[in-house]
Amino acid sequence: MATVVYEIGDDISTDVIYPGRYMATVLPTETPQFAFADDPVLNGKLTAGQVPPGGVIVAGSNFGCGSSREQAVSTLKGYDLVIVAKSVARIFLQNAINLGLGVVMCPTIEANEGDELEIGATEVINRTSAARFPIVPLPKSRQAIIDAGGLIAYTRQRLVAGR
Amino acid sequence: MGMTVAEKILARAAGLPAVKAGDVVEPAVDLAMSHENAALVINQFLEIYQGTPLSPTIWNPDRVAVIFDHRVPAESSKTASNQKKVREFVANQFVRKFHDIRGDVGGICHQILPENGYVRPGAVVVGTDSHTTSHGALGAFAFGIGATEMASVWALGSVLNVEVPATIRVNVKGKFKKHVSAKDLILHLIGRLTAQGANFKVLEFHGDTIRRLSTSGRLVLCNMSVEAGATAGIVPGDTETERYLREEAGVTDPITPVLPDDDAEYDSVVDINVSKLGPQIACPHTVDNVKPIDQVAGRSINQVVIGSCTNGRLDDLAVAAKIMKGQKVAANTRMLIFPASARIFQQALAKGYVKTFMEAGAVVMNSGCGPCLGIHEGALGDGEVALSTTNRNFKGRMGNPKSEVYLCSPAVAAASAVAGTITDPRGEH
Repeated sequence: MATVVYEIGDDISTDVIYPGRYMATVLPTETPQFAFADDPVLNGKLTAGQVPPGGVIVAGSNFGCGSSREQAVSTLKGYDLVIVAKSVARIFLQNAINLGLGVVMCPTIEANEGDELEIGATEVINRTSAARFPIVPLPKSRQAIIDAGGLIAYTRQRLVAGR
Repeated sequence: MGMTVAEKILARAAGLPAVKAGDVVEPAVDLAMSHENAALVINQFLEIYQGTPLSPTIWNPDRVAVIFDHRVPAESSKTASNQKKVREFVANQFVRKFHDIRGDVGGICHQILPENGYVRPGAVVVGTDSHTTSHGALGAFAFGIGATEMASVWALGSVLNVEVPATIRVNVKGKFKKHVSAKDLILHLIGRLTAQGANFKVLEFHGDTIRRLSTSGRLVLCNMSVEAGATAGIVPGDTETERYLREEAGVTDPITPVLPDDDAEYDSVVDINVSKLGPQIACPHTVDNVKPIDQVAGRSINQVVIGSCTNGRLDDLAVAAKIMKGQKVAANTRMLIFPASARIFQQALAKGYVKTFMEAGAVVMNSGCGPCLGIHEGALGDGEVALSTTNRNFKGRMGNPKSEVYLCSPAVAAASAVAGTITDPRGEH
């Protein structure tokens, strides 16, 4: 069971998730401090350690649109957040899979802050409202990367196998 | 069944006779581009090799390009140290397509690649920048990837597990009216498709309007295709592509355009007639919030920006200079101009555009990305409004979540800078 820690709307861009002015900070270990830096409430909760690992951000459609900056993924991964969004922009989804950030595409999701979600393989069950929402599976092309534990591990396997 | 341009390019790059949308392929990469975020790519690249007996070596340094453009010259010691690290790395790895902070060969990556002939029709281009879609203007399949994905490309020379995207065919006909351009066309299209209307898909541009359009205009269309969510935008190569590569990029080797088959299968078809299209404005805070200029004309603006990988090319500056000649930037408005490359800056100097802009009161800056994404000069104050020829207007984009950004063409930007309000360059049409 996972708790919804925040609810956010449509078209949440990478500029909102990780503002451009912090892009000189690149290392995944250093990016979490700037997650949603222009949203004092959410950034405050995260940096104060008030969000337990596995907490869910419920988002609308086109989450992560915009830039290819990988900091927008590593900053969320740093808190082990799970994103349940109606839809996700391509590059963000790819970066999330590559870094192992939990992303669930759930086009009809309805949940409020504080709701308890059970995220299964094919559906999300909102235990608070007792409603069920089907999941759009991740692209099958990326399964090998997920199975390897991320793209660095997968590329390492391929590189060693190829030499 | 025939193939789209994207399918043909991916089939060739994957060594397959044919592919179709939904297939999973591993295309060989012809060009892999990064900017300052190469600092993160290097970090991930070195991590790939940890615990292996192999030494970290770029698969083919001639296919890697690194261009400093986001924070040039460095705005902080942190950026300067990142740039130093990248500079040393590319030297050690023999990357020769490296464009440092220079007034001769420097500039914004999405102009440096075309003007140096690094991109050809039919090529697979990846870049750690979402606007890598720009290079589809030369008939390539070009898309943005993250830093870890790029580290994998540097190691293996191919992109792993790519799902062949479906293609939306965009047929454009008609002649642009005066002061209406490629920027108005792509804003109109994004407004119609929405910001996610082309997510995971390719936009393939056709029609007599596109055939007449210069490479500069095609770069605008493909640059902003990503704002509809598209993986790539493509203008199939033609005589204009060849002219540009020969005359402006100095390419001498064979150029082979890739065209779609007559029976290619499209996801959908969009038809646009531009002959009645007027100037378009993308309003805060999403690029698909597009309105005809009449609906926002008169809005006061604090800062006008002309430049970037979208609209910082010589023809963009020419349009603006013509409107601004002998005029003054309005008293309560600032105007910033940043050409897309050092070469374009020099051409603008020779043609007198820089003099025109400075006499009007505009500030002409060195080529770079800074103001567009609020990371280096040109930030907005609380409650301020900007009108910009750049490509994004997301909340906080120009460095301040309490500001607003409107997007427009160079003609609208120039006329509005003089008036101090959003102004139709056609006057009382």
